[in-house]
Amino acid sequence: MKIVAANRLTDGETVWLGAGDRWVDTIDAAHVARDPEDEARIAAAGNLALAANIVIDVTLVDVEIVEGRILPKRLRERIRAGGPSIHPEIGKQARNAALSAA
Amino acid sequence: MYRYDEFDQAFVKARVAEFTDQVKRRLSGELTEDQFKPLRLMNGVYLQLHAYMLRIAIPYGSLSPRQMRKLAHIARTYDKGYGHFTTRQNLQFHWPKLVDIPRILEELAEVEMHAIQTSGNCIRNVTADHFAGAAADEVADPRPYAEILRQWSSLHPEFSYLPRKFKIAVTGAARDRAAIEVHDIGLHLKKNDRGELGFAVFVGGGLGRTPMVAKKIRDFLPERDLLTYVTAILRVYNLNGRRDNKYKARIKILVHETGTEELKAQVEKEFDELRESELKLPEADIRAIEAYFAPPKLKARPEGDAVVSKAVKANPGFADWLRRNAHTHRNPDYASVTVSLKGIGEVPGDATDVQMDAIADLAEQYGNDEIRVSHEQNLILPHVARADLPALHAALVEIGLATSNAGLITDIIACPGLDYCALANARSIPVAQEISERFASQARQDEIGDLQIKISGCINACGHHHVGHIGILGVEKKGTELYQVTLGGSAREGSTIGEIIGRGFAPDEITDAVETIVDTYLARRENSNESFLDAYRRLGPAPFKEALYGHEAKAA
Ligand code: HEM
Ligand code: SF4
Repeated sequence: MKIVAANRLTDGETVWLGAGDRWVDTIDAAHVARDPEDEARIAAAGNLALAANIVIDVTLVDVEIVEGRILPKRLRERIRAGGPSIHPEIGKQARNAALSAA
Repeated sequence: MYRYDEFDQAFVKARVAEFTDQVKRRLSGELTEDQFKPLRLMNGVYLQLHAYMLRIAIPYGSLSPRQMRKLAHIARTYDKGYGHFTTRQNLQFHWPKLVDIPRILEELAEVEMHAIQTSGNCIRNVTADHFAGAAADEVADPRPYAEILRQWSSLHPEFSYLPRKFKIAVTGAARDRAAIEVHDIGLHLKKNDRGELGFAVFVGGGLGRTPMVAKKIRDFLPERDLLTYVTAILRVYNLNGRRDNKYKARIKILVHETGTEELKAQVEKEFDELRESELKLPEADIRAIEAYFAPPKLKARPEGDAVVSKAVKANPGFADWLRRNAHTHRNPDYASVTVSLKGIGEVPGDATDVQMDAIADLAEQYGNDEIRVSHEQNLILPHVARADLPALHAALVEIGLATSNAGLITDIIACPGLDYCALANARSIPVAQEISERFASQARQDEIGDLQIKISGCINACGHHHVGHIGILGVEKKGTELYQVTLGGSAREGSTIGEIIGRGFAPDEITDAVETIVDTYLARRENSNESFLDAYRRLGPAPFKEALYGHEAKAA
């Protein structure tokens, strides 16, 4: 299973490709591709947005579903989704109940 | 203190205008990310995990209170209320918005600051001893030479596209506090038998994937030849440095592959050709720049001894702090103070906007208007009257910056690691925090004595782990964090690269491993005067290996 992560051009905020190819700013709202075809489709959508100067640093991220929520396999992407693990009071983890890294 | 001349000011202003236009064109889509990335990097703008990052140059780590207040203001207005002081004596903001960066750079220019040459394959911000111009053991102030190098290297057309980044460090004391032997060029300012100033020149040091200690290629280079000789080194490097492989492109690899003698011969040959060129520094120019760095006029404060000894008796906390955080000044009425940014359990190198403002106030009140950033990620007030130390200490206690740990086990260097950095394999900061908490007791720290722990979150070694007495390197193994330990590194004169001690440790094992290493040292040292590093050099790795892994060997 994969999702697409990126950073928004204007402010660098981490965003994910959500339903209807809109960029969302919580990982919970990311669209999960469950087969190779859909994976290819979201990767293409990510690259299109890169070319359109909406986002930068587009990456395909391996995820699993844990207790009904999206959890990236790599710690790097989990921290990217929550914010610095040392500062629970800042980053996305402070604004919403995204699964934090720790 | 050095002041920008009109040329500098105009140049920085023009650069801000240029980058403002580039950001505008990026936001409108006129520039693609591929086109924009090298431009933003030239202006200190990186992309990390959560946001952009802005790296601001603090030449040779010197800051005025006015500049510090500007950094506090930027932290408050455009960032999340804090900044991170780095091992390169710079400051990084972790959360700036691209749309705000032109405005931030404009604000920085108002106080003669910028982010130029904090990235890219150019000559980076020149670093220097943080006690420069104050330390009792100094032969001469290294900052005028750092400044000469800064002026000469700023946007130097010939050296703006080197094979790889290039870092120069200068010290003016025999005790090397600037880690010159792990820089591309290290300069040790000294006097010859005739009392003339010049430099011992080291070349080819560096950390990263292939750590190397620099080789000395000149024992005494007259000061007038500084730029000529450095140009000769850079020409040899620019021509022969490996551009085919990013991992082999630093000058350390060239020195290693060419051989020190051969490289030295090439440099000397180039030097001979340049020797009488316009790069030769006129005596008057050197002295003029030196005048910018004239030490502040320090009033006689002979009451210092009495005030200090009274405070030592009255306040044990002050006594601890004095012992660790005050450094001998060349004026006996004064001291250089380390303001520790390593509070127990805090993030090494971070300071809040409130703390930055407070330090600026204290520098004005007690510090003759000077602040330094050390490569150990602390702040320094270089000129404080000893008579003011108790009052300064009390003020630092109030803002949580009076930790008495300079040079002790909790004075840990750590890079941002996986909490921020897109290149990281593992987190560094939480490891530093846990070790700091484990060794929080002042008595225990004092018992252990001088011990430097340095932590990097990947092999790039921004946290200098190779030269930590205890070095910790984060790696990723099967999707989880693992910490590799090296022992016996040092960035002082006669630098050494630490040796890997054995298999790595999981996040929940690493603090225990450090404690085992420390306990082994305490048990095996000859007496309390033998530091960790000395004991390690005498004992070698065997007793530490045995203590860390012995039980495994027996079990197997
Ligand atoms: C976005 C964050 C950063 C990036 C992308 C980055 C990148 C790198 C890279 C690629 C290297 C290896 C260079 C080589 O071996 O050729 C390196 C080395 C280094 N960086 Fe960083 N770094 C970052 C943050 C920092 C920070 C926060 C500090 C200071 C605390 C720092 C200071 C250094 C130092 C001292 C070295 C090793 C010394 C040497 O150049 O040999 N860097 N960095
Ligand atoms: S050492 Fe690695 S993890 Fe740490 S700041 Fe440098 S590049 Fe990032």
